[in-house]
This record gives sequence, structure tokens and C-alpha cells, in this order.
Amino acid sequence: MQVEIDEPRCVAAGHCVVAAPEVFDQRDDDGVVVLLDANPPDDEHEHVREAALLCPAAAIIVRDRGGAP
Amino acid sequence: MSDVLVVGASAAGLATAESLRRRGFTGSIRLIGDEVHQPYDRPPLSKKVLSGVWGADQTALRAPADLAALDIDLVLSSRAVSVDVRRQEVVVSGGRRLPYGDLVIATGLAPRRLGAFDGLAGTHVLRTLDDVERLRAELAAAERLIVLGAGVLGCEIAATGRQLGLGVTVVDPAPVPMGAQVGPEIGEMLAGLHRANGVEVLTGTKAEAPVVSNGRITEVLTSAGLVAADVVVVAVGSTPATDWLEDSGLILDDGVVCDSRCRAADNIYAVGDVARWWHERQARSVRLENRTNATEQGLAVADNIMGANKPYVPVPYFWTDQYDIRMQVFGDLSGAHTIRVLEGDPATRKFVAAAESGGRVVGVIGWNSARGVRKARELIADRD
Repeated sequence: MQVEIDEPRCVAAGHCVVAAPEVFDQRDDDGVVVLLDANPPDDEHEHVREAALLCPAAAIIVRDRGGAP
Repeated sequence: MSDVLVVGASAAGLATAESLRRRGFTGSIRLIGDEVHQPYDRPPLSKKVLSGVWGADQTALRAPADLAALDIDLVLSSRAVSVDVRRQEVVVSGGRRLPYGDLVIATGLAPRRLGAFDGLAGTHVLRTLDDVERLRAELAAAERLIVLGAGVLGCEIAATGRQLGLGVTVVDPAPVPMGAQVGPEIGEMLAGLHRANGVEVLTGTKAEAPVVSNGRITEVLTSAGLVAADVVVVAVGSTPATDWLEDSGLILDDGVVCDSRCRAADNIYAVGDVARWWHERQARSVRLENRTNATEQGLAVADNIMGANKPYVPVPYFWTDQYDIRMQVFGDLSGAHTIRVLEGDPATRKFVAAAESGGRVVGVIGWNSARGVRKARELIADRD
């Protein structure tokens, strides 16, 4: 799994950090998402997919190995 | 025939369809929308799109390839006009009947209009991408903007108007901006923020009538006197878009009335701004008009269509960006009596505060404190 962030879209809601704290964090000053792990391990995949679905700005892009979204 | 028919192709409808696929739903899904555009996001309209920082295409909720990969039959420019719940069919404009197994109602809101201002050249509402393009074009040649309504949308439009260099007046009969969402104390701070940025904030003031010259609005008569305008935006709230359901037999009461599973009737669900459901943890009927609810409720409805039979019990959340302030609110502040600052200082416009009612924290607010407010969410008494 490959995770990408469309940073200008981020609205700093922090829902991704709640859903997958091992993979996402927020910057201190403006709350914008920080990607901790662009290739998260298998046991994080479900949390990452949940984070992508929950993101109110559609700023998290998840691609499975091979490039398909 | 589609196994699931979603009426409304905005955030809530798309989230439901996408979540069904992510949960492994293999049946057919049809998603119909009354606008010509691919599903797009509304929060940027009053901010980045109105200011011109973003083009319309940047509001797309999913890239075309990602949308195609969901294997959804997306039908645009198609307006639902009625539903026959017995035959399980939705009728769309033109008379075509669309049979369904499960129906998801996601038709959102229609902006409330003010009779005397409606349809007058120079007056606008802001709900759709087409609305914002029209407004942006007129603001480019304008000097004076009046915003009727100091709710979240009205405040954002006022801030964007100042960013565009316009003279801006906000008119609202309520005592403070956004009082319904944030209460009197934070509302007063917002009034101060807008005034500090050069907006004339006329709270406690009624818009009485438009003054028209050569068929165009030139002034607004308010209870505080005449205010000049090139452009007037009416941002006085919205009503659930349920006209098409009037003869359906479904219960409508400021939204589509649902049980705790967001179910309006057998095989029929409602999601997003249009849905009023029984919030089990709050033990009352709730309808939320915010972007996060559109997504979270879409997930919940997808789960329930697939048999989860789970109540939907979210902690409400919204954010707004005005000038250099990003405000985030978790919970429900409407019944709060006290605001207690937890960290930072309102004077520096960077703080986290708890809103309390009867000794319980009912909500938390952050200004420019995204991390802090996310952590403070744990304090809300009825949280998950």
C-alpha cells in the first residue's frame, strides 16, 4: 500500500490521526497532516482506508501495490 | 434495477456508495445527481473557489480514474421528482422510473431565500459550483458587498470579500455572528475578528427591503438604515431538499425522519444534511449540516445496508476558515453556559476552550489549535 497526501486540500480536521495514529500526525502550528509512513504495514491498511474515507477534504490517496487506487 | 440507488451525488451520497464498495458490496450501485458536475466538495466554495485561489476542477471529490474504479453507475443532470415506496421506484425528471433494492436519500439542502430579494439582479445565494461562478464574476466588478446572514456561510463569504478587497457589510438580526453554532462569547469574538478586518458588522439588525435602480439592487434598507451595495448575498440558512418526497409517505419534519440506524422505512435510508435521525447517545432527534457528518453518516449507512444494524452516534464536528483563523468545534455548543479556556489565550487568537453546561463539557473549540482541540475532544461527556 502506498499513501499520498494532497497537502493543499488538508483542512486539519485530524480525523486521520484518530483513525490511524501510526500513519498520520498533525503539524503543531497549523494542524496540517504529516504522513509518518507512506508504505504502512499490512495491519495498518484497514485503518488507513478508514482515514481516507473519513477525511472531510478527500486529501488522502491510497494506492495498492501495482498502482491501482 | 439497481441494488442500491443513491439520490444525491454530493459528499454524503458519494461516501455511501464508496463505503459500500470498500466494505465489499458486490451488487449494482447507481448514484444520481441533479447537477451537471462530477461529485464535488462544497466547503471550498465560499473560501478558496470564491477567492479564486482554486479553480472549479480542484473541488472534485475523486479523480475520474478513482471514480471509475468504484464501478458505480453515475447519472448526472438527473433530478428525482418522486418515489413510489411500494413499487420501490424513483421517478426522475422526464418520467423515467428507476427501480431499486435499497434507496439512499442524500439530496442535501436548498438555500433559504428572502422573498423581496429573490431573483433580483445583483443578489445571490451560494450552494453550488454554478452559484459560486456567478457570484465570483459579479464580485470582480464590484466594490461593495452586503451579506445577509452571519451564520458560518455568511461569515466565510464576508471574510473572502475582504480578501478580495471589497467593502463588506454583514447584516443579521441575531446579537452575534454564528451564535447558534458557537454561543454568545465566541460569537462576540468573531464579531471582533470581522470588525478588526474592516467588516461593518450589523448584528441585531433586520434587512427590511432592497432598493432597486434600473432593475438592479443598489442599496439595502435595514433596521439600522440604508447600506449601499453592488452585490448582495443571501446566506440566511437552508432547508432540507425534501420536496420530491412530499407524497412518498415517508415522515418529513425538518428533514427525512429516520430511526437510530438512519433508516426512514424498510429499504430506505437518509444520509447527510437531509437526514434527521435518532441519536441514541444524546437521546434526541438530530440533523447535522456539516461536511464531516456527510462522510461519517455515509459510512454508517453503508454498514447498515450490509446488515450491521448499528446506531449512528457521532460527536458532531465542524470547522471554518476566516481570515487567518481556523476554528474547529467538536460537540454541540448550543446549550452551553460557560466557556473555559484550557490552553492558549483568546487575545492571541490561539486557544482551546471547553464549553460547559451543568458542569459537563458539551463541546470544545479551538482557534488555530488543531492538535489541541483534537486532544480536548476526549473531555466531551457523551463521547464514544
